[in-house]
Amino acid sequence: MNFIDVWRRHDFGEVARRIASSGPSEVRRALGRPRGSVDLDDFAALLSPAASGHLEEMAQAAHQYSLERFGRTMRMYAPLYLSNACANVCTYCGFSAHNKIRRKVLSDPEILAEARVLKAHGFESVLLVTGEVARVGRDYLANALALLRPHFSGLWIEVQPLPEEDYASLAQAGLSAVMVYQETYDARTYGRHHLSGPKADVEWRLGTPDRLGRAGVKRIGLGALYGLSDWRADAWFTGLHLRHVETVHWRSRTSVSFPRLRPHEGGDIPVTPFSERDLVQAACAFRLLSPEAELSLSTRESAEFRNRAFRLGFTSMSAGSRTNPGGYASAPESLEQFAIDDNRSPAEVASFLRSQGYEPVWKDWDQTYDGFEGAHPAPRRALAAPAALA
Amino acid sequence: MSAKPLVIAGVEFSSRLFVGTGKFSSGEAMRRSLEASGTQLVTVALGRIRTGGEPDDILGHLDTGRYRLLPNTSGTRNAREAVLAAELAREALETNWLKLEIHPDPKYLMPDPVETLQAAEQLVRRGFVVLPYVHADPVLCRRLEEAGAAAVMPLGSPIGSSRGLESRAFLEIIIAQSGVPVVVDAGLGAPSDAAAALEMGADAVLVNTAIAAAADPVAMADAFRLGVAAGRAAREAGIARPEPGREPAIASATSPLTAFLGEASR
Repeated sequence: MNFIDVWRRHDFGEVARRIASSGPSEVRRALGRPRGSVDLDDFAALLSPAASGHLEEMAQAAHQYSLERFGRTMRMYAPLYLSNACANVCTYCGFSAHNKIRRKVLSDPEILAEARVLKAHGFESVLLVTGEVARVGRDYLANALALLRPHFSGLWIEVQPLPEEDYASLAQAGLSAVMVYQETYDARTYGRHHLSGPKADVEWRLGTPDRLGRAGVKRIGLGALYGLSDWRADAWFTGLHLRHVETVHWRSRTSVSFPRLRPHEGGDIPVTPFSERDLVQAACAFRLLSPEAELSLSTRESAEFRNRAFRLGFTSMSAGSRTNPGGYASAPESLEQFAIDDNRSPAEVASFLRSQGYEPVWKDWDQTYDGFEGAHPAPRRALAAPAALA
Repeated sequence: MSAKPLVIAGVEFSSRLFVGTGKFSSGEAMRRSLEASGTQLVTVALGRIRTGGEPDDILGHLDTGRYRLLPNTSGTRNAREAVLAAELAREALETNWLKLEIHPDPKYLMPDPVETLQAAEQLVRRGFVVLPYVHADPVLCRRLEEAGAAAVMPLGSPIGSSRGLESRAFLEIIIAQSGVPVVVDAGLGAPSDAAAALEMGADAVLVNTAIAAAADPVAMADAFRLGVAAGRAAREAGIARPEPGREPAIASATSPLTAFLGEASR
């Protein structure tokens, strides 16, 4: 079954109304469910305004579930922006094709220069990010993966949706995970914010996790961009998508992210409310819906918030992020996609986690796992330390 | 009668109690027990029925307008035999529904997972509605669902043992992740076992020995009807008490985790 068919059965406005009208008895029922048996009706109740009065109970349960499944650990990763060239016009993004900015696509030496900095910080998992243009397609990504494969244990991508066969071939090139955020599941709002370019095709994007599952990609990341439409309904649809992926593509792991709209170059659009309190409610609801999904907390959020919220179901964090291509080494002044809010170094974040009794985990994957179906994995090689950090 | 009907392969059942037709003391005892159970689906062992058109002890007492028949392949030891038996059952009973059970071990009648999966794949291709009887094995159930099984029938405890839900921990996982109905089959000894299975979220149960071998099978069939209805109603109502061995969602509060979220949060 394809998710598009599932999605079509639910009207966004109707879902938003149903969540808004959830009452205390539905919330109590959802909170009384044994672990692992929260269903999508319960999830709706947990996302409702009625549940916001039960946030402490939700947080305690989310914390407990995460402890049991993941222990006191936090997986660390960093984004590595490869390109800001983009053919899409999206109202909320700094890389939008209409923005008059210098476009940059990293060369091989530049990619390796970025990698050196991230390695020196201790990162073993990197998330490769690009805009969407033809020249930054499958072949460019395969080359980047081949360049980076010897140096990192986990290679994830957050790029434009690709056809199933491209994912299958990238999986052979050492891809460990793919994040593809729907931005919003509200078709009308989606159309208002994705004005032109391939991204305007909402269904192509909606079908991406199914293509990932069929291609055998081992981890599939979902999410909505909160601030575009009604957050509760977008979170519910993300949960619907998560449940679909967990059910149909059960061999793949899942992760969920909670990006909030952040200031960026050239953007001045109305942003729907999504407070830190709402973010906590959403994350806790996801943890109760899925005790095993990875939940990610990004540097879009402030250090003060992250220092307290990290216990509330989250299992992975980025740190020291740069959201511009070449931002770590080769072109630190290039335009960023959005402003980050937690400017601490990875070492500072890790040290804070340790002070709270949590273990920052840099490596939780091995490239061998990505080599089972392809050629033998390349031997790992040491990268020379960057001059600045040597 | 439960509020939400059970649907298997497009067919609706208002009763969530399936009943086996073996071990009854007489055709008449079976007929009256089935009636008391309120069931709408009964299993018949292909090995037990006369397929040549002669009067049959079991079929002769079954109102086939009232009960959907689910022939089973009990007695087969591998996929090849099961497929042959299935074709024979389809012809004799004029139904493509099939309870697939393959147990090469005549002592405990343990289902063979490897042969069952292979047979399920072949039978689905041949157009059968396949309900496989299996161990309470969550991965096997997923593989069977992918193979096109219309439901899965994991066991509660060894068949005929009346030991109840010994496989509870695994049934919970199967129920949580299954995309097809889960029918707990085998080992249910008392109506309370059936109620517990439905409370846990099983879509239906299949009972045979506990009814057929009871001192008063008709009264026991009625008791199972009530047990299944109560379990299902409780499930739909939302059970407040955590199930034994399972923590409630709300852990005991330690220090507050959300106190930092002031009203002025951004």
